[in-house]
Amino acid sequence: MTDLESRQPAARQDNRDPALFGQTPSQTVGPFFHYGLPWKGGADLVGASDMGARPDLFDEAHWVLNLSAPTGTPQGEVIEIAGRVLDAEGVAVVDAMVEIWQANAAGRYASRDDARDDVPLDPHFTGFGRAAVDAEGVYHFRTILPGRVPGPGNSMQAPHLALSLFGRGIIKRLATRLYFADGEGNDDDPILARIPAARRDTVIAQRRAGAWWLDLRLGGDSETVFFDL
Amino acid sequence: MTDVLAYARDDAGTPPSLVPDYGSTLLRAPRQPLLRVPQTLTETTGPGPGGAWERLMGASLADLTTQHGGAPIGQRIVVSGRVLDEDGRPVPDTVMEIWQANAAGRYVHVRDQWDAPLDPNFTGAGRVVTDAEGRYRFVTVRPGAYPWGNHRNAWRPAHIHLSLLGPAFATRLVTQLYFPDDPLIEIDPIANAVPMPYRQRLVSRFDMATTEPNRALGYLFDVVLKGRDQTPFEDDHHD
Ligand SMILES: [Fe+3]
Repeated sequence: MTDLESRQPAARQDNRDPALFGQTPSQTVGPFFHYGLPWKGGADLVGASDMGARPDLFDEAHWVLNLSAPTGTPQGEVIEIAGRVLDAEGVAVVDAMVEIWQANAAGRYASRDDARDDVPLDPHFTGFGRAAVDAEGVYHFRTILPGRVPGPGNSMQAPHLALSLFGRGIIKRLATRLYFADGEGNDDDPILARIPAARRDTVIAQRRAGAWWLDLRLGGDSETVFFDL
Repeated sequence: MTDVLAYARDDAGTPPSLVPDYGSTLLRAPRQPLLRVPQTLTETTGPGPGGAWERLMGASLADLTTQHGGAPIGQRIVVSGRVLDEDGRPVPDTVMEIWQANAAGRYVHVRDQWDAPLDPNFTGAGRVVTDAEGRYRFVTVRPGAYPWGNHRNAWRPAHIHLSLLGPAFATRLVTQLYFPDDPLIEIDPIANAVPMPYRQRLVSRFDMATTEPNRALGYLFDVVLKGRDQTPFEDDHHD
């Protein structure tokens, strides 16, 4: 029966085809990601709570994602960041998800590709977080104020977080940054300097009720600056 | 001074943000062009390796058919493949998160209210981490197609949502895997956001070697993330 067992249907073209091989295209996260992506504690990089998830959007029997397991308290100033996600008409986007990536308080990324041994790692800080927005379209993280990290050439970057925004109707992840009002080095930051002055405020969080607040606007007069990465 | 090896930018298969046939993009697609900035340590780093995923999210969940008291209804399938960069090099230590509808096309989500049954034995959420060769493998059931409100008689082709979080912020990817020979792909506004022939990159391949006798049909799907850039950053900043 060798003949039967070796029968194969004709291969269809896909990313295994040398003629088509290339970046897998992005697709929207859709509206129904809540039981699959945001885990409890994903938005609390300090490890004190289960912020970030939306267990109200699916039956408890389908909670299969685990809690994150914080290993201890990271060093640095604990901060909260928050903001609304708004569409081009200023209406809250209630099915968005935000991710952050940042350096620790000393300005080091917990990554294979940051090999600067002279800047300490923090064993209690990974620097990655994820939050589903709440029913009002607000994202909310608790984290550490990041230290400064080098930029191109001899420049130093001001303290900042990298943000990714996902949602229904957002085909491709939108990348931006969150800087801090009056942050050390904002005036010399090599990335801020490339943003037209009139749009710079769209990436600078302001102090508001104990948190650093930055709205993410997908359109309209003060559309957030998103980066081509 | 810390110069970084930047990642490539988009290629010809990248969909636009604004796709009028996909109505939800109309008020959510940025109208200003994306701003080109040089990549820095911020963009070329990312969590992992060294167990970062397990610490962050918990253990891997590679079998979506054994998460409850019984077996889910539907066609059991194995999906496997590799995560590669544009030069064909494996990308290890990348977490692939998976979520999908059940075999009837229904999500376990309060906002999914279409008239198809939920399956108490199927959630549809999983996560795997690529090994040193970039390989991944998960077991699930084949999701059903489902209607959506984009236009009259709109149906999404069967798909599995995939999220890839690798060692760099610059290569973050969320996408959808489709199945070969699904007639809905060519009329779906979301899949059609990707121009042909690049849309084919989103279609998995049925594979007899992955298919397991008396157990599961097998599908291959390689995910290709951005590779390292070959050309230096060109400054188009003129003031
Ligand atoms: Fe879907």
